[in-house]
Amino acid sequence: MTLTETPQRPEPSPRPLRVLAAMSGGVDSAVAAARAAEAGHDVTGVHLALSANPQSFRTGARGCCTIEDSRDARRAADVIGIPFYVWDLAERFREDVVEDFVAEYEAGRTPNPCLRCNEKIKFAALLDKALALGFDAVVTGHYAKVIVKEDGTRELHRASDMAKDQSYVLGVLDDRQLAHAMFPLGDTLTTKEEIRAEAEQRGLAVAKKPDSHDICFIADGDTQGFLAARLGKAEGEIVDESGAVVGTHEGAYGYTIGQRKGLRIGTPAPDGKPRYVLDISPVDNTVTVGPAAALDVTGLTAIKPRWCGAAPTGPGTYTAQLRAHGGETEVTADLVDGALHVSFTEPVRGVAPGQAIVLYDGTRVVGSATIATTERVTAGV
Amino acid sequence: MAYLDHAATTPMLPEAIAAMTAQIAVTGNASSLHAAGRRARRTVEEARETLAESLGARPSEVVFTSGGTEADNLAVKGLYWARRDAEPARRRVLASPVEHHAVLDAVHWLGEHEGATVEYLPVDAHGRVHPGALREAIERNPDDVALATVMWANNEIGTIQPVRELADVAAEFGVPLHADAVQAYGQIPVDFAASGLAAATVSGHKIGGPYGIGALLLAREHSPVPVLHGGGQERHVRSGTLDVPAIAAFAVAGEYAAEHRARFAAEIGALRDDLVTAVRSAVPEAILGGDPAPGGRLPANAHFTFPGCEGDSLLLLLDAQGIECSTGSACTAGVAQPSHVLLATGTDPDLARGTLRFSLGHTSTKADVDAVAAAIGPAVDRARTAGLS
Repeated sequence: MTLTETPQRPEPSPRPLRVLAAMSGGVDSAVAAARAAEAGHDVTGVHLALSANPQSFRTGARGCCTIEDSRDARRAADVIGIPFYVWDLAERFREDVVEDFVAEYEAGRTPNPCLRCNEKIKFAALLDKALALGFDAVVTGHYAKVIVKEDGTRELHRASDMAKDQSYVLGVLDDRQLAHAMFPLGDTLTTKEEIRAEAEQRGLAVAKKPDSHDICFIADGDTQGFLAARLGKAEGEIVDESGAVVGTHEGAYGYTIGQRKGLRIGTPAPDGKPRYVLDISPVDNTVTVGPAAALDVTGLTAIKPRWCGAAPTGPGTYTAQLRAHGGETEVTADLVDGALHVSFTEPVRGVAPGQAIVLYDGTRVVGSATIATTERVTAGV
Repeated sequence: MAYLDHAATTPMLPEAIAAMTAQIAVTGNASSLHAAGRRARRTVEEARETLAESLGARPSEVVFTSGGTEADNLAVKGLYWARRDAEPARRRVLASPVEHHAVLDAVHWLGEHEGATVEYLPVDAHGRVHPGALREAIERNPDDVALATVMWANNEIGTIQPVRELADVAAEFGVPLHADAVQAYGQIPVDFAASGLAAATVSGHKIGGPYGIGALLLAREHSPVPVLHGGGQERHVRSGTLDVPAIAAFAVAGEYAAEHRARFAAEIGALRDDLVTAVRSAVPEAILGGDPAPGGRLPANAHFTFPGCEGDSLLLLLDAQGIECSTGSACTAGVAQPSHVLLATGTDPDLARGTLRFSLGHTSTKADVDAVAAAIGPAVDRARTAGLS
């Protein structure tokens, strides 16, 4: 796309809306806000202060680890020419995202905090406040598409560019949340370089800012260290499938199913092949390891389903995504007593409880649920 | 557009703009001996005399600085260092807890890095320091007090302090008292000689002068240790080449402020009273901050607390309607916290989050008040729905 073309709107509006653009200080959310403003919407920028680091001494203000990002977001808002505020959602974020993250790891599961943040913060705490203040929608820089049907219902679809698609972390949004969401980047069939070029063209200084990939509340990227500081050391055994002790660990919470690196097992496997984390048992603080083949999963049960539109009434065939940036896999799914029972057409490897399964019908997000248990090809684990 | 944030900064007076632009193209360092230097020095010294006159000070008592923050830092740190150096036991600093951050953070820094013991003086529900409280604090050990600092009038809630009485108490014990008079200047009489203060801070851009210029009024017997070292300008207390255009314009604004103060206070006070009445009739549960007595607060200040609302939400809603005001508390990182001033007056922290400060100035009109009267009721309803997230 060249900049002389008008970017397609994922959500053509009959009237200008009052929208609140969540601006992280990164390039995507800045361009999203700029596009919304250019489309004629009345845009107000807001940066969410999510981290409550105590600062040296300010009685009337307090620091946060995102001062730099907050500055960048403010600068972008000034260039776009929209009002800008910083909202302190640190307390809600701590309760709903950070504590959940720690508790999930402690329980032997692998959480996705970005997804939780969308569900509980951006499209809950932030959206509710925005609506109460008279805004019509929240704008974010997510790569996903909202399609408004002729009957007025909305569908969430994968972004035009599958490589950048973020519908997985938005799969938790329900109809109401979707009705007030605007993703101006969703129709962009452009590379990240082109988004940066657009930012440059618009005079946004964040054009050259590096992407952030890490978990935002673990600034140094050391998830293990973060968890260790929160949960303390808890030495335990690493066992193989037969139950034989092959090593020790300093806390079962530090492992993820499918993990290969960092196991520090002294004795090699009998077959000489690499071993992977098969199971994490917080009850007896034990990590079980085994061969890659033992990771193959034929089905799973997922809880707390959320649907974009009506819940399915019987078994159906879908494609599913099991982790952020994961590929698609074909499944049959059925809703039984509020839990989602999923069987895979072909076995898939390394499915971690705590992650979300998002079901798609083509590009359309059907719904999502949290993976609770998996069924392995190899029995005994 | 209704600009009601004059306490943050007020538009420059046309006369001050004229004075500044007239000087800005003229070359001359006021410290130089040649003709250009002499001309610049003459401009600076005439400005100094004008300002001194408008503030009841002697010209030699006017020390130009880059603004209020620098003057506050120079007074607090400089006087502390000088007193401590003369008598090592003098390490106690007495400060009101409702000071501007330029004083509060400077005082705190002395405690953290320079061995000072910082004591915050008690204030009443209006944020006022009573002379008896100062006396009590000094009397606990008159020999270890380095200085005291109490602002002339509060920037958030507008409460005026009994400066003369406080200075009398301090003088009894030979303790230098500094007052930040940034908000008081131009609104209430500021007479340095009559105040009995050791030092007072004033700023240019709050009275219709330019940004980046201020002064510390400094009684002649005090020689604070400099914060900025260099060429020895300004009694060797504040080095740095003098900003002739800004100083000239500052003096014009100062002269104007002194000449028009009484009329300004009466007119702006009446407009402020209308605004208070309008807000109270639209939102009966709104709580007026500061001293409700007209003589006890700045005439241009109206401060409210709106129970159940977040000040930031109100700000956003009013801004969307072209009404520009402030929550009253500074927020450098952008995250609004309950105001330290309100907390010091004993306000509940949740309540202290729902504040708005309207500050009027020389360009304020009845239309500004009408705009607030029309917008405040619906804005408060909406902000209350959004709640204290």
